[in-house]
Amino acid sequence: MYMKGKLILEDGSVFYGNLVGDSVAVGEVVFNTGMTGYQEILTDPSYCGQIVALTYPLIGNYGVADLFQQSRKSFVRGFIISELCEDPSNYQCENTLTKYLTENKIPCIYGVDTRAITRRIRSNGTMKGVIVPEDTNEEEVKKYFSVLPEMQEVKEVTTPEVYVMDNQGPHIVVMDFGIKRNILHSLHNLGCKLTVLPADATSEEILKLNPDGIFLSNGPGDPKDVPYAIETIKELIGKKPIFGICLGHQLIALALGADTYKMKFGHRGSNQPVKNLLTGRVHITSQNHGYAVEEASLENIDVCITHRSVNDNTVEGMRHKNLPVFSVQYHPEASPGPDDNTYLFDEFMALLPKGV
Amino acid sequence: MPKKEYLKKVMVIGSGPIVIGQAAEFDYAGTQACRALKEEGLEVVLVNSNPATIMTDTNVADRVYIEPLTPDFLEAIIAKERPDGLLATLGGQAGLNLAVNLYENGVLSNFNVELLGTSLEAIKKAEDRELFKATMQSIGQPIPESITVEDVESACDFAREIGYPIIVRPAYTMGGAGGGIVNNESELIDVVIRGLKYSMIGQVLVERSVAGWKEIEYEVMRDAADNCIVVCNMENFDPVGIHTGDSIVVAPSQTLSDHEYQMLRTASLNIIRELGIEGGCNAQYALDPHSNQYYVIEVNPRVSRSSALASKATGYPIAKVASKIAIGYHLDEIQNAVTKKTMACFEPTLDYLVVKFPRWPFDKFMFADRLLGTQMKATGEVMSIDRSFEGALLKAVRSLEIGVNHLQIPEMAKLSTEEVHKKLNVANDERIFMIAEALRRDIPVDEIHKITSVNTFFLNKIKGIVAMRRN
Repeated sequence: MYMKGKLILEDGSVFYGNLVGDSVAVGEVVFNTGMTGYQEILTDPSYCGQIVALTYPLIGNYGVADLFQQSRKSFVRGFIISELCEDPSNYQCENTLTKYLTENKIPCIYGVDTRAITRRIRSNGTMKGVIVPEDTNEEEVKKYFSVLPEMQEVKEVTTPEVYVMDNQGPHIVVMDFGIKRNILHSLHNLGCKLTVLPADATSEEILKLNPDGIFLSNGPGDPKDVPYAIETIKELIGKKPIFGICLGHQLIALALGADTYKMKFGHRGSNQPVKNLLTGRVHITSQNHGYAVEEASLENIDVCITHRSVNDNTVEGMRHKNLPVFSVQYHPEASPGPDDNTYLFDEFMALLPKGV
Repeated sequence: MPKKEYLKKVMVIGSGPIVIGQAAEFDYAGTQACRALKEEGLEVVLVNSNPATIMTDTNVADRVYIEPLTPDFLEAIIAKERPDGLLATLGGQAGLNLAVNLYENGVLSNFNVELLGTSLEAIKKAEDRELFKATMQSIGQPIPESITVEDVESACDFAREIGYPIIVRPAYTMGGAGGGIVNNESELIDVVIRGLKYSMIGQVLVERSVAGWKEIEYEVMRDAADNCIVVCNMENFDPVGIHTGDSIVVAPSQTLSDHEYQMLRTASLNIIRELGIEGGCNAQYALDPHSNQYYVIEVNPRVSRSSALASKATGYPIAKVASKIAIGYHLDEIQNAVTKKTMACFEPTLDYLVVKFPRWPFDKFMFADRLLGTQMKATGEVMSIDRSFEGALLKAVRSLEIGVNHLQIPEMAKLSTEEVHKKLNVANDERIFMIAEALRRDIPVDEIHKITSVNTFFLNKIKGIVAMRRN
């Protein structure tokens, strides 16, 4: 039997629905517009600290499977769904989404009007929200809202220890700020040997491994909340070829002296068009970012903008003019999302020293 | 790239008479095309034999010829009007066939008329069975084992080799006319003889049947700069074996994981790129419900019946955008007609779903064979939108105007459970009602799935509707 619950947003609006489990969720409410890939979204560490609403109304239709898992566990604070499917159908299905949410203690409210919630966020911007049982009184709700923002999301999601994925090709050091499994797979499939380090690894530790290239991963939260990583990257730029994705891209910008800002409601979905300014081609990309690089702040820095969002012109990719450093704001590894952008991994390979 | 400035006058081939497989949706597409071209300041010459269309209204095109859609008449009109370009990918299969004919007979080159949008080479690569097969093989896209035959004996030889069931598809026809699935040699001989008669070039394709697999479609757009997007994908409620025009169709797909969705999306983009289509294209797949294996079943190198559905389902004006691509624009230069702020180079995402339900004319043709197969029989369709599958399906059923307001046909209540069970096997226009009746008799979902191959996801939804009605 399910329990009645409610989602309360910072602007005072309340949405009633049913709860999976009985735990409380507190976090920043964001929405994702993808029509497939709910498990990949659930296990993308970049959502750490956030309550994710899915705009597509039928969720759980093909169940869950270990294959789709993008990290060791889900770091979302809560999940908001319109209709939760109890009778999934797919040959790969290992479990229902309901059971997965219950077993992993992921708070979820379903049977709510996700379109109304999305419209609120679109017009008022990303805001804080709580998911609580229906009978929770105002005092308690107030208490949840008064919890301070966490700012330690990267520490929570990064790998606790160093690990290696062996291979014959070039050696890449991966700085894990909350990496998705498919990024590791994409690089490994290209022949790379990967050494994955925690987010607080120092430049000495990294350079001591003498890698052929360095990869900076995606991750949750405000890039300015990880000043230690910015310092590390400053010391790495120019020493080794660097490729950054998402948070990694923002950290490169900050390390180069540029600035980042918080977007009104961000880009989260699998249908974001991005123009490659070098080729003129438009690619459909998978995105998940609430912060972006401030274009004006790049003016006096030796980088050129290589990719732009077709929807709102925000910076989606950049490349250093003299050094082997480039980055994109979106997710070429997809999972979920389109496979249009795997060429970026090839470009990274091309940047590595020859003969390795 | 901006518009091709040398184009001043463009001829559009209209939708022609309404026949099964080519109905009002092509009037819709053609009208959009004429308006899109006029919007760009082009003079539009429209030829259509069917005056009962919107596109032949005097305010849609600049000059309207209501003449038979035959090569001779078109040549005479081209001689008189001397258009700079010909747009033929919006009038359905008939328009496309005419364009091929005009090109091959040298009419287009004699009068210096540019074939706009998708090139003839691309059309042939998609339409000619052998070329299509070779093209798909060259990019590693799997297609069911098949051969093209021009006589009955070769068809029988092939069938002996790979076994039944076998599917027969005549080349260059619309709505699958003259084709069908056959289970033995005598059926095969009948259908091949009929197919050879219907085919414009006297060829039929005989191939391995993947009946029972999931049938999935993608609507794709491409421009001359090689930008590609998927407008929408669709999943057929009825598995492969029933013509998509006779299938209940849901957009977007419901039972595909992200991995499967992206696998077929990538396949669609690879196909449209390899064919070199400039405009809209529809790709149909059979996806094994028990593995990631799939086959490309069909590619339409033009705006199709499914494009009209995808267009209405998403709000993305496929015909309009295809017309702008044909005169030189790139996807990122065409305004998104819905938002007016962003560009047409994006992939629509839905927060609702759409159900298309075919409307068959069996109430008017009482003695017609109501069995459904690879030859389309529906003469129309309804489309409904809702935030739940149940809602969309029931809205569609009511909109059919066949005298039922629910998934229930009163006469079926008189059947014994045994008879209901037996009739589940019959893939006719009333099967979804028979499925509902079976669920009302508590025949288990798995049992119904075994008989009909309809995905349990959909069957469970219907079960929910039946249970709610009961309570």
